[in-house]
Amino acid sequence: MPTVIFIEPDGAEYPIAVKNGTTARDAAVNNGVPGIDGDCGGECACATCHVHVDAAWIARTGMAEPGGMEANLLQFAEGSTENSRLACQITMTDDLDGLTLRIPDGQH
Amino acid sequence: MTTDTLVRDPASTVPLSRMDVSDPKLFQNDTIGSYFARLRREDPVHYCPESAYGPYWSVTKFNDIMQVEVNHQTFSSEAKIGGIAIQDMQTGEGALELEMFIAMDPPKHDAQRKAVSPAVAPSNLVLLEPIIRERAGLILDSLPIGEEIDWVDRVSVELTTMTLATLFDFPWEERRRLTRWSDVATATPETGVVSSWEQRREELLECAYYFKDLWDKRINESPKSDLISMMAHSPATRDMPFLEFLGNLMLLIVGGNDTTRNSISGGVLALNQNPAEYRKLMADPGLIPKMIPEIIRWQTPLTHMRRTALMDAEIGGKKIRKGDKVVMWYMSGNRDEEVIDRPDEFIIDRPNSRHHLSFGFGVHRCMGNRVAELQLRIIWEEILKRFSKVEVVGAPERTLSNFIHGFTHLPVKLHAH
Repeated sequence: MPTVIFIEPDGAEYPIAVKNGTTARDAAVNNGVPGIDGDCGGECACATCHVHVDAAWIARTGMAEPGGMEANLLQFAEGSTENSRLACQITMTDDLDGLTLRIPDGQH
Repeated sequence: MTTDTLVRDPASTVPLSRMDVSDPKLFQNDTIGSYFARLRREDPVHYCPESAYGPYWSVTKFNDIMQVEVNHQTFSSEAKIGGIAIQDMQTGEGALELEMFIAMDPPKHDAQRKAVSPAVAPSNLVLLEPIIRERAGLILDSLPIGEEIDWVDRVSVELTTMTLATLFDFPWEERRRLTRWSDVATATPETGVVSSWEQRREELLECAYYFKDLWDKRINESPKSDLISMMAHSPATRDMPFLEFLGNLMLLIVGGNDTTRNSISGGVLALNQNPAEYRKLMADPGLIPKMIPEIIRWQTPLTHMRRTALMDAEIGGKKIRKGDKVVMWYMSGNRDEEVIDRPDEFIIDRPNSRHHLSFGFGVHRCMGNRVAELQLRIIWEEILKRFSKVEVVGAPERTLSNFIHGFTHLPVKLHAH
């Protein structure tokens, strides 16, 4: 079971162990991580699960594909950077065990 | 339901081939729900060959709507080929060639949206919250206890107009002009709001010139965080043609005015119709944040958004042809039992209440959704501090529109704690 660690703007950490194949969005929503609403249900359609991938991990998660829906939505999200992803588009595997995702200030 | 009512009920007797859900009266008399329920059951992607707005498709189920929402390459919002409502934009007598980013496709849409979205981004809203709360409190404190008042005019319109005036940094004493322009923007002569297309055109131009003055002042000042200043200073918007400027203004005015006001009224009505839920709320005000998205789902302040197919496509097994008008009925998708558990019930602590269609999805998702939620949360927090009940004491009057789903009048009586 890989673990994904969400870090809130105030530094609070939420480590969550999930089954392989679970998205980081579902990991957050199903465990009540504040700041990840996931309004669209994980369909890459709303950008309410915006996270900043920790620099050490971005090579492994990859960036949002330029011109794709994820990048289209991220451009309107406050505080988006080149390390921004939608958590619904990150699927947890053993390779991502320990993945650290920072929740942007004011997702609400 | 008895056999008798089934026989009389046109929603269940009209042949599907002649079913036209675009008649604004069905929304005003609140019978539209049974038409949508039948379409979801019998013909979820429905073709209406003839209507006051020409032929159109109705998409009525949540997941089919989502599929249209996220495919902006196929389903266009462009004003020149129809725009975003069942009534075509930029056609007809007296129409203004308005352009606004909600009725544009990427990439132009993207640039303009990015120019104004910081005004309603969470970091700006943190600054707005105490201002909105103070004003909400003043509105509620000015209301008489135990007398019949119109909640729509005294609270819903007043609060959303104040918020909009704040977002624009609009001259405070003249803020009701914003309400008027918002009403005019979505009006047609048959609604009685304007008497002719010519009158509508004149009032909207008056609005444009008023804002042009504000723009001219702001452009000569240093940049601020209000919407006019942002538009005047952003490279993406500062050289906008005049009608595009007016169009985007109308978008922000209607978006900020005609929507949340109806969710504020709709919440009062829903709680009165569901007294057990009202009691639940009074017993635990901590439920407010969960209740807000449920109110927004329940009300669905915009009944639909429309797209135009740029190429042949398929939705729910139906062949859509290039050029077809496709109407996504959010009101219907928000009652789809395949996605929403017990959709016809108003449940203030509904799990997963944020999963609704009222804000749309994809690149056109409502830009002001956090402002809407913020105003609703604040007004309910302030209501609960002051009143043991906002009691609906007469029949609500609903808006004559197939686009704005709202109220023109909601008589209430306030009860103190």
